[in-house]
Amino acid sequence: MKLLLENAHIEGIRYYEAYRKNGGYRAVEKALKMTPDELVEEVKKSGLRGRGGAGFPTGMKWSFLAKPEGVPRHLVVNADESEPGTFKDRYLMEFLPHLFIEGMIVSSFALGSNASYVYIRGEYAWIPDILEQAIAEAKANGWLGKNIQGSGFDCEIYVHRGAGAYICGEETALIESLEGKRGNPRIKPPFPAIQGVWMRPTVVNNVETIAAVVPIINMGGEEYGKIGVGRSTGTKLMSACGNLKRPGVYEIPFDLSVEEFIFGDEWCQGIANGKKLKACIPGGSSVPILPANLLLKTAKGETRYMNYESLSDGGFQTGSMLGSGGFIVLDEDQCVVRHTMSLARFYKHESCGQCSPCREGTGWMYRILKKIEYGQGTMADIDLLWDIQRRIEGNTICPLGDAAAWPVAAAIRHFRDEFEWHITHPEESQARNYGLAHYADPLEVVA
Amino acid sequence: MSDNIKVTIDNITIEVPAGTSILEAARKIGGAVAPPTMCYYSHLKGSGGKCRTCLVEVSKGSEKDPRPMPKLVASCRTGVMDGMEVKSITSEKVVDARKGVTEFLLLNHPLDCPVCDQAGECHLQDLGYEHGKEGTRTEFERRTFEPEDIGPYIQLHMNRCIMCFRCVFTAEQLTDYREHGILDRGEHARISTCISKSLEHDFIGNVIDVCPVGALTDKTFRFKQRVWFTKPVDAHRNCTNPNCCGEVRLWMRGDEVFRVTARKDEWGEVAIASNGKPGWICNECRFEKKKTSDWVIEGPSNISRHSVISQGHYNKNVHEPQVELLAEVIGKQPVMKMDIYDVSEVNKPERHLSQIEGPAHSEDFK
Ligand SMILES: Cc1cc2nc3c(=O)[nH]c(=O)nc-3n(C[C@H](O)[C@H](O)[C@H](O)COP(=O)(O)O)c2cc1C
Ligand code: SF4
Ligand code: SF4
Ligand code: FES
Repeated sequence: MKLLLENAHIEGIRYYEAYRKNGGYRAVEKALKMTPDELVEEVKKSGLRGRGGAGFPTGMKWSFLAKPEGVPRHLVVNADESEPGTFKDRYLMEFLPHLFIEGMIVSSFALGSNASYVYIRGEYAWIPDILEQAIAEAKANGWLGKNIQGSGFDCEIYVHRGAGAYICGEETALIESLEGKRGNPRIKPPFPAIQGVWMRPTVVNNVETIAAVVPIINMGGEEYGKIGVGRSTGTKLMSACGNLKRPGVYEIPFDLSVEEFIFGDEWCQGIANGKKLKACIPGGSSVPILPANLLLKTAKGETRYMNYESLSDGGFQTGSMLGSGGFIVLDEDQCVVRHTMSLARFYKHESCGQCSPCREGTGWMYRILKKIEYGQGTMADIDLLWDIQRRIEGNTICPLGDAAAWPVAAAIRHFRDEFEWHITHPEESQARNYGLAHYADPLEVVA
Repeated sequence: MSDNIKVTIDNITIEVPAGTSILEAARKIGGAVAPPTMCYYSHLKGSGGKCRTCLVEVSKGSEKDPRPMPKLVASCRTGVMDGMEVKSITSEKVVDARKGVTEFLLLNHPLDCPVCDQAGECHLQDLGYEHGKEGTRTEFERRTFEPEDIGPYIQLHMNRCIMCFRCVFTAEQLTDYREHGILDRGEHARISTCISKSLEHDFIGNVIDVCPVGALTDKTFRFKQRVWFTKPVDAHRNCTNPNCCGEVRLWMRGDEVFRVTARKDEWGEVAIASNGKPGWICNECRFEKKKTSDWVIEGPSNISRHSVISQGHYNKNVHEPQVELLAEVIGKQPVMKMDIYDVSEVNKPERHLSQIEGPAHSEDFK
């Protein structure tokens, strides 16, 4: 069942005419006849969880929004999408801009935001034009601007381009950056719901979260809530990449098994070049990597499904997270040490430098990983790495510190022997930087 | 006082006004219970939260909601709740985290204390003595920057900077315009000026006093003297600058004034002046008035913070309360800050510099 991408393949759906003809802007029509509180209630009933990574219930977030008399409120949409492996928001904005704008109008009405913002990563250089065109079309047809459809509600949407920093995806850094300042995460509390952009109450949501508001209003929160399993309601966009036969953006039902998603004909069609599955990062680079055995089945031996609960079954010891939906698959030829090193380099580069554990620790971890990868490491380095990640995690201002620590911890937890192999076989590891075929078969859990 | 609330830190219960931070509450108890602070500065709005040395464990959120907090929290930016229970030195997790933060802060630090003007009154040195360990586990080249002149009076040694942001807040809150800030990000983040040599504002000298390390140095004092070979003397003058309190500390040797700084309290922050405001001083008092005739001398300073200097026995007022109570509740003798006699032969314990009449000369510092 598709809720977001159902119309994605209709010719010209990017433009207003085709979008409207295929049922577009019905949600706005319906919403304007309801009260903002009723809309928040619908979203609460739907059980929608934030699609940006943390999976926080959206309805609850909206109900936390402070509403002091005479102070404007804002909706800010997080289109910074910089998590390695994640590219689903890009697909939505590029091919279904009107769905996204429609979601923004409905959400703005629900939250009482007369000026809403899209903060989009600088590297998506061509997408702001697409969004701005959609905004202009919506405005020309009376869906934006003053007195929308005679309802008395005014709303403008502004697209703000970032300058290319992953940290500006963190909601308070995003807010700082939107205000024109250096993108440093703020120290919380206060939370954005109380003091966000220009110290006004603000809701920050992911692009996909906002787009999902459209089917929720169209079908009713309760109906939406019936789709999916447990606390994973609706559908989820996954961006699958890595050594897959058919990588891409998929809209998945939450009762899909991981095995079916990787190997199913309708989905990724298995591992490219007839290789074996070695490991996978199921939810964007920040979540723990899982070896094949723990990916397909939980530690209890049950089938693992593509939803919030199942993917995190077993905690970080034997599980991972659905995160942002960046599904990165590694085949038997990939080297986990090298892979972890690349991720560490990313976090080192993207740390904002505000707090000591992340500023200093990310670079240290990268250098040690590099040393091990290039055959210079010692066994003590592995323990040192473990110690460093342990002292970063939970001790930083924003979750980037955790995001840098978790991949290293998971790689050591599940692939410690691969690290050790690099140390005991420096020459071989040099000659075969990309290969450790004998580790392709799932390993037992270490530590 | 009905709006006072109760908070227990390391098994010691005190009452504080609602809205107090855990850190300020812990400072009220004082001694080893007070978490070390490298970025928080009570006179600077918005400071704190960055260095993470002040992390504490909240084992009970409040009377109403007794759940413990899942992570360690920065005590300088977390408010107390009624009935809150906090563990500072009694928590193993906290002690471990502080060790970690100390190691991180020293990771790229040049350890050039032997040639650094801040040595002896450096908060990073104190932190290292208290929470660090000998040796280092890094073997990589440290990040380096060239020293930079950032105005007529101040030189920046970025290698030593710990990115506490205090100088940025100081410039923002004490001067009309800020002309320095943070460039780049991650481990390359650095303090710099937008226009080089532009830090000239008549209160900018205070950034030297707030800097916890030797990153911002006084060009009129650089390399002239080790601080423990000078004698701190409190003095004042009728400063014409309306925002300057004119109450300073002169660092003298013989009759020579080597350095002028603001007076500091037991937490190493600028002390409250007699006008009831933080005792910031202007550039003229700090950099231009280096003759004893410029000043009315009040007498030897009371240094109330443990440091190399306080061990010249100026520390009549060192606030080390409840040492016995502490020993009892934490089950061991609290660790005191560094003892200079362990590592140095200078300023012998039997010398009471504060009791020397008049100026102290070379032979007094042996
Ligand atoms: C370092 C970092 C980067 C992030 N990047 C993004 C991002 O690119 N896009 C996004 O939607 N959320 C990102 N987040 C999560 C946001 O902080 C925030 O939780 C999210 O936008 C909330 O939206 P949601 O409730 O709709 O998921 C990031 C968080 C961190 C800590
Ligand atoms: S954890 Fe890293 S990115 Fe987040 S505030 Fe600290 S230094 Fe900046
Ligand atoms: S120069 Fe000093 S005061 Fe400024 S950020 Fe660095 S350590 Fe802090
Ligand atoms: S003093 Fe609290 S984080 Fe630095």
